[in-house]
Amino acid sequence: MVVFDKPHALTDAPLHYCPGCTHGIVHRLVAEVIDELGIEGQTIGVAPVGCSVMAYNYFNCDMIEAAHGRAPAVATGVKRANPKENIVFTYQGDGDLASIGMAETVHAAARNENITIIFINNAIYGMTGGQMAPTSLPGQVTQTSPYGRDVNHCGYPIRVCELLSELEGPEYLARVTVNSVKNIKAAKAAIKKAFQNQIDGKGFSLVEVLSSCPTNWGMTPQKALKWIDEAMIPYYPLGVYKDRSAKEEAK
Amino acid sequence: MTRQFLFSGFGGQGILFAGKFVAYKGLMDGKNVSWLPSYGPEMRGGTASCGVIVGDETVGSPIVSTPDVLVAMNLPSLDKYESTVAPGGIIFVDSTLVSRPVNRTDVTVYAIPATQMASDNGTPTLANMILVGKILKVLNDFEDDSVRAALGKVVSAKRADMLEVNLNAMKLGADY
Amino acid sequence: MKGNEAIAEAAIIAGCRHYFGYPITPQTEIAAYMAKRMPKIGGTFLQAESEIAAINMVYGVASTGLRVMTSSSSPGISLKGEGLSYLAGADLPALVVNVQRGGPGLGGIQPSQSDYFQATRSGGHGDFRMIVLAPSSVQEMAELTVKGFELADQYRMTAMILADGTMGQMMEPVALDLDVKPMPEKQWATTGTKMNRPHNIVNSLFLDPAALEQTNFERFERYKFIEENETMYEEYLTDDAEIVIAAFGIAARVSKNAIDEARKQGIKVGMIRPITLWPFPVAPFRKAADKAKAFISVELSMGQMIEDVRLAIDCKAPVTLCNRVGGMIPSPEQVLESIRQTAASLGGAN
Repeated sequence: MVVFDKPHALTDAPLHYCPGCTHGIVHRLVAEVIDELGIEGQTIGVAPVGCSVMAYNYFNCDMIEAAHGRAPAVATGVKRANPKENIVFTYQGDGDLASIGMAETVHAAARNENITIIFINNAIYGMTGGQMAPTSLPGQVTQTSPYGRDVNHCGYPIRVCELLSELEGPEYLARVTVNSVKNIKAAKAAIKKAFQNQIDGKGFSLVEVLSSCPTNWGMTPQKALKWIDEAMIPYYPLGVYKDRSAKEEAK
Repeated sequence: MTRQFLFSGFGGQGILFAGKFVAYKGLMDGKNVSWLPSYGPEMRGGTASCGVIVGDETVGSPIVSTPDVLVAMNLPSLDKYESTVAPGGIIFVDSTLVSRPVNRTDVTVYAIPATQMASDNGTPTLANMILVGKILKVLNDFEDDSVRAALGKVVSAKRADMLEVNLNAMKLGADY
Repeated sequence: MKGNEAIAEAAIIAGCRHYFGYPITPQTEIAAYMAKRMPKIGGTFLQAESEIAAINMVYGVASTGLRVMTSSSSPGISLKGEGLSYLAGADLPALVVNVQRGGPGLGGIQPSQSDYFQATRSGGHGDFRMIVLAPSSVQEMAELTVKGFELADQYRMTAMILADGTMGQMMEPVALDLDVKPMPEKQWATTGTKMNRPHNIVNSLFLDPAALEQTNFERFERYKFIEENETMYEEYLTDDAEIVIAAFGIAARVSKNAIDEARKQGIKVGMIRPITLWPFPVAPFRKAADKAKAFISVELSMGQMIEDVRLAIDCKAPVTLCNRVGGMIPSPEQVLESIRQTAASLGGAN
């Protein structure tokens, strides 16, 4: 009896992520979806700059490392190089997607670029050691907001799904989290839909995954998962923010 | 021999078009040619100009700094370029819009009321080609076949009817 | 045909079916031409949200092994600097066109050659080179575009067409019966594994310094080979020249007029026109320095190529600068005056 097996779409390279980090879970979900849809041979992933910078070593499909924030532009190129064959996804963190790469994100969404974006929102810059992110919460203490994020000084965190939902372009926008078995299952369903949409030619699909960063939050892994419920979800409610096809079908 | 033309006037007077035609005319005659426009904000409402070089030798610098032939379709252009014309050169002015006489005495001047003529002819946008007709006539270069061929290159294929209209405007200028 | 259009059509002839760009004077005709042509031949034209996005879309297509290009003018090229560095780090082939305008900053929109350093030293951070091609006619705008794609593919690096506003805007007759070599196979490309090979990775990140050092060493071995094999230049009346002008692009066109006039006045002057700015054609300059008594670098910059001329001739002869900047162009008369002054300083029979 198989108790545990690794998805084929993941390589054997040991992940470098910190204990308790949820990147590993999300990697696995993406890989499972690629396996289940049978698309590994035509999938090209684009890794960001951030903690998941070395994602290109972990996924078994062809991978490209992009400059910080530029993954949606790179993915646009890859997709348009061979729109019928190539299944293209980006895997990006909050600094990458919502700060330095906001223009690329918004415009790929506006064009309804037929790509899939997995957006890891953990409210902090992890790779560089815990600085304030565009999604850090009001009052959140980070290395660059040592007295807590002061919204009068540096403004408010950005709700990416809500922001993009105002655009005509995108097909599918959903916010999920992976802090419980139930939530992980829902996250996987959303990720699968985001890939299926691309296969069906429906267009830009982004899944925002509220994730934990115990190391830089200064919490135990368990406490970090709880903090998602207590602090993050109230500001970033879970749910589907846009699903054009479902809406049209409902009509 | 090599001849350098400078066409100048307001944006919208068909300065670049006239220059392009003369360049293509040279090309049809088997000459070496270049066409270099002014570009950018100058084009928007201000002065427009383009330099055309037609010659037997390979064109070196495409920049026309001492034209053999100056076409000035407005006063600012004459003010700006009159002094640059090569001694012995020719200046064509649109006398409807240029009120003052040309001061240079070492050049030949042709003053044609091209804008008025174009208006009287019911083709108010073709003052440029009236002037071009005169230029070709003066330069002894009004040769029907290559004129038609060159017009075919600059008149959009969708507006083939404009070919005859342009040709007529040129003849009007040539006969002035 | 306009120089900008010649580049666009030549790119299509070379098999380029993907173009990404952002409007900026004086090169926008390239984008406009591509917007018109690409949809009709099954290609992709996409106006990107920024020059940064455009170069990264180029990076994406280049990763899949297809011929791809972008074009811009000076301020836009600065924005592309990040992407140029990543293309180099990931050893991706691409063609980038810079139709230069005066700078620095927003500068102006008139012709310039003041991005010479940026293009020949490196367009971004890190140790890298680009093959830099400098057309001097509309015909060369077309020919060097094809050549640029071929060199980029052959050496897995960026080729840059370094033109200027006059080259982009001027019209000259152009013959488009261009020979295009078949594209080399690109086994490194990320085209999907089709489940029959290990995954390919396009990447410029090497956290192990020894490994990163090695990639640099290997890349520079390639650069050395290019320096030895791919220089292009044209010589004009250099055989008996006592004065040799160095000029490229529009400056070479202007200089030619001045040289013809100076020859009529009995001054023995010639010109070496670099066509590749990197690799710089050192050999003809070195050879000319055996006989020539003086060099003049004619540039639309405050004196950038002049440094390469001095290096090439090992300071065996004086090199003076004849220049205009900010969108101004030296006139043949100015160059002639510079030639005459130089001749006078040599105290020769002139």
